[in-house]
Amino acid sequence: MKIQQIKPTDFRRIAEDKSKLIHTFGALAEIGQEIANKNDFQETIRTSLHLILGSLAIMRGGVAQYSKFGHELNMLAARSLGDDFPLALTTSDEDERQFLANGIHPIEASQARVLPFFQLYDRSITAAKVELFLPLVIRGEMVGAVFLGEKATGEPYSSYDCQIISSMGRHIGVAIAHRNMLAELERRADENRRLYDDMRMTYRDTVKAFAAAIDCKDKYTEGHSVRVGKYSEIIGEELGWGADEVEGAAVAGYLHDVGKLTVERRIINAPYRIDAKESAELNKHPGVGFEILQPIHHPYADVPLAAKYHHERLDGRGYPDGLFDNEIPYIAKIVNLADSFDAMTTDRPYKRRRPANDVFEDLCGNAGQQFAPELVTAFLGGMLKELQGERPEKRFRKLLGRGYMETEGLVETIRRSLNALSATSPQTVIQ
Amino acid sequence: MPSESELPAAESADPVRAVVRVGDYLNKLRGEQVERECRQKLKDGCQELVVDFSQTEIVNSVGISILLGVIDSAKGTGAKIVFSDVREDTAELFDLLGITKHVTLTA
Repeated sequence: MKIQQIKPTDFRRIAEDKSKLIHTFGALAEIGQEIANKNDFQETIRTSLHLILGSLAIMRGGVAQYSKFGHELNMLAARSLGDDFPLALTTSDEDERQFLANGIHPIEASQARVLPFFQLYDRSITAAKVELFLPLVIRGEMVGAVFLGEKATGEPYSSYDCQIISSMGRHIGVAIAHRNMLAELERRADENRRLYDDMRMTYRDTVKAFAAAIDCKDKYTEGHSVRVGKYSEIIGEELGWGADEVEGAAVAGYLHDVGKLTVERRIINAPYRIDAKESAELNKHPGVGFEILQPIHHPYADVPLAAKYHHERLDGRGYPDGLFDNEIPYIAKIVNLADSFDAMTTDRPYKRRRPANDVFEDLCGNAGQQFAPELVTAFLGGMLKELQGERPEKRFRKLLGRGYMETEGLVETIRRSLNALSATSPQTVIQ
Repeated sequence: MPSESELPAAESADPVRAVVRVGDYLNKLRGEQVERECRQKLKDGCQELVVDFSQTEIVNSVGISILLGVIDSAKGTGAKIVFSDVREDTAELFDLLGITKHVTLTA
């Protein structure tokens, strides 16, 4: 075997290559770290450009993101390309085909003049001294490009240089592809959010339309369902519920009497106390309401239960099932209070609305029998806050009228009722 | 006593000859400050820009890219760039990468 003699110049070349390798691998490691760090995208691209230029001492360069919709390369970062270098460069279908076929391999600008892109931007590319063009192709899609000028050595790019550039370009391409994917996800999430909001709006409008249809049937209680919805909403707010739960309570209120759509109008509008037969007919409306609402996929699960059980009482004397306190769904207790309050505070065919002080004393007196005490407390507390100016919205005044709300001694009555409730009433079980 | 990285990058008030001190590690954080200082000196009419590497132990790829940017800016104004007190291994790297073709290295 012949042993080759190593000359002193070879030692020098080996040492130089080693230094170059260490420097280049350092840049490769840093670019990988930079992309993985998921910092600010623009900053990542700027740093990546520094690293690719610094790894091989390339005097100038730039990184562009490809827009497949606009067929444009939009510059994200540039160094020493000059102020006249275009910020957006248009590509043709032919260019795109060639770039995709080429993959992540540098193209010598001087050898690529057959492509429309290099013809169109010949002046800019020449002025900026761009020597290499690297299409960034990730998973068969063009995501961007890197423009590179001359090396500081003045030497042409070697195949080793091109391999380093391709490796670093792949990292930059992945960063851009990742960014595109995130942008697409955000766009789709926005679209879904808009669709969801539209559906919620449609649902809300449909519920209100139903409430109006229910109320149309009863000329004496016009607006009853809407008011019960609003009172239920107030109770939910006073309980400290979140926006979705409050809206669920409102919907339950709006739809609680939907079963009345099947009850004869003459029974609903009877200007006298209805007899037992008519009463039995009318009392079917909670069950019918449940049947109507149950098949609908509501965003709020308890809406059909509110319709079915809004005439139940804590003491078991309600209907249709005579349930006791903790057997009654909580939402039904809320709607029951709202429904009863509206019945007491509006004129009926056979009965005038009751004076405000009487109504509040009645609510307090029936807490624990008909109404859940903590709900009466929440409801009265909400009204007291409004009367004392602690809430800017006039929620009760809009529903009850100014005169009713300015009843003499009302604040005192509510305070007295609240004190009585806090001293004696047990809390019902929240289901 | 402030650490090296806390020292101001620019030292000279001479409009013709200016000195910019690099610090211990020429990376992105420090490099961008150095580049700003250099560009400002060149804009102010500096004809000889001395980049002082006396405290510099490491220059990474970002540092090289920044120095190339300074060289390009100096070419635009016709100013001369001098890298002073460069460590031997850094000087070797500058030579390998061809940077010494564009600047003067002094001891």
